[in-house]
Amino acid sequence: MTIYLPIAELPVAIFTILAMGLAVGFISGMFGVGGGFLMTPLLIFTGVPPAVAVASVSPYMAASSLSGALSYWRKGLVDTTLAWVLLSGGLVGTVSGVLLFLWLRSIGQVDLAIRLSYMLLLGAIGLLMLVESVRAILRARSGAPPSVRRPGTRPAFMRLPLKMRFRRSRIYISALPVIAIGYVIGLLGAVLGVGGGFILVPALIYLLRVPTQTSVGTSLVLTLVTMAAATVLHAVANGTVDAVLALVMMIGGTVGAQFGARTGQTLKAENLRLLLGLLVLSVALRVGAELVTAPGDTFAVTMVETVR
Amino acid sequence: MSPLHPSAGAGPAWFLRFAFLTLALLASFVTAPARADRLVLSVSQQTVSISSSFSGAELVLFGVAEATDGAPIDDAPDVVVTVRGPAEDFTTWRKAQVLGLWVNTDSRTFIGVPAFLTVLSNRPTDEMASLAILRREQIGLARNIFVQRVSGDFADVVPSDPFRAAFLRLQSAHGLYEENPKGVTFLAPRVFRAEVRIPGAAPIGAYQIEVKLLRNGLISATEQATFEVRKIGFEQRVAEFALNDALLYGLAVALGSLIVGFIANILFRKE
Repeated sequence: MTIYLPIAELPVAIFTILAMGLAVGFISGMFGVGGGFLMTPLLIFTGVPPAVAVASVSPYMAASSLSGALSYWRKGLVDTTLAWVLLSGGLVGTVSGVLLFLWLRSIGQVDLAIRLSYMLLLGAIGLLMLVESVRAILRARSGAPPSVRRPGTRPAFMRLPLKMRFRRSRIYISALPVIAIGYVIGLLGAVLGVGGGFILVPALIYLLRVPTQTSVGTSLVLTLVTMAAATVLHAVANGTVDAVLALVMMIGGTVGAQFGARTGQTLKAENLRLLLGLLVLSVALRVGAELVTAPGDTFAVTMVETVR
Repeated sequence: MSPLHPSAGAGPAWFLRFAFLTLALLASFVTAPARADRLVLSVSQQTVSISSSFSGAELVLFGVAEATDGAPIDDAPDVVVTVRGPAEDFTTWRKAQVLGLWVNTDSRTFIGVPAFLTVLSNRPTDEMASLAILRREQIGLARNIFVQRVSGDFADVVPSDPFRAAFLRLQSAHGLYEENPKGVTFLAPRVFRAEVRIPGAAPIGAYQIEVKLLRNGLISATEQATFEVRKIGFEQRVAEFALNDALLYGLAVALGSLIVGFIANILFRKE
């Protein structure tokens, strides 16, 4: 059964899109990531033009992250204060990111630079998470008492001025590093075209020592706000948001996110970190594999987008 | 866009091409016969309407060739039907290995080429006429003119050009370009029928049908018809809303996504 997409201007198999939404939504709810990094390439693979795929994934991510965030919210696993402070930095970061992207494009070969930095960044984060969580699991197995605080020592940047209490996260630290993290996520999101949950969740866990599940819940709230804003921006700037495509995806995605959030909350924190580390690492490997393996066809045709 | 669009500063190359074109034009006056036949066309639909269940359509073209010079009626001519969709620009990218990494290294942009192109005929077009006539009349998929921007100049290139060949191959693989040497069937010696397949992903816009009649390797009649592919009903309203009220549309989609997310959460609540 197919449904015709009014903006993408082509028919797609409705159940394929639903299934894709369900699977990506599960991952989204479990790890607090938007899932755009998985959904966008899947859509392009089914024939949706890249511009429409990137734009239509935003409302999908907003829907599935709200669905997941509400279930974390009820368990008290969302730190709204933390989310607002991160968001304030994120907004400035997004604006800088857009400007940086325009500048990178003007000097050319931006595609390769983005892919390489994306791969290196995710590879490094994934590897670090993998090592840390395996150690934590081994420590728990050997019967050693679990560390009372989260791993590591208190670095100097937490003792900067402007101290704030983030009650839900059980931390009392300077707002400056929080704003800085928000800024970097906004910047990377705009340049790399990803929601940033991938980098945000590890940053909250390891840099700010926010409990794993609270990091996931807070990251979902942040994804929700940024993606709702991105939907409006894409609609105005590019006119490439396909409401029908987004609706079909989000029906699958919101259901998937529910099961994902439930599974994520029952997992042990270190196991969740291990799985997220593996996921981040596999995305990095996939991007890397694309760069080094010979393509099936060395030619590709793209339609030149007409500027509105 | 004209097939040869010389730009300033192209120099001798441009002059040579211009001279060649002039010669070709002169030759066409010498060899082309008087339009001896008359073609009457009829298309089954003037518009292909796209609704939410659209997954492709088929148009039927009927044509009658009338001999105006009293030629014997059993003299079956050759018929070539060329259907061209709206013009778009396309870029063909080539990947190559640089320091072990596969990256886009080279590209060619085809300007104002049909986003949809189908060539239907009653037998392989190669057999119908001399190569010069086939080229001049753009008979056959590969003999259509695909204008490229070549270092500031605009021109078509030799058919063996790898970018041009890859472009035709990929567009055919996507179902947007097609050549069918058995696509035209004769119902009577001078009555023919052709089925034009419109794929689900067909571009929206005005389509042009060009029918050429050949007798003894010479063009004896040319006729054109048009049809339109457009969205109707819900699909059309959504597209118009997105175009005319972009901000409101974006807000509506964002709000809708929040409602869907909220409902899903309520439905799956454990309590």
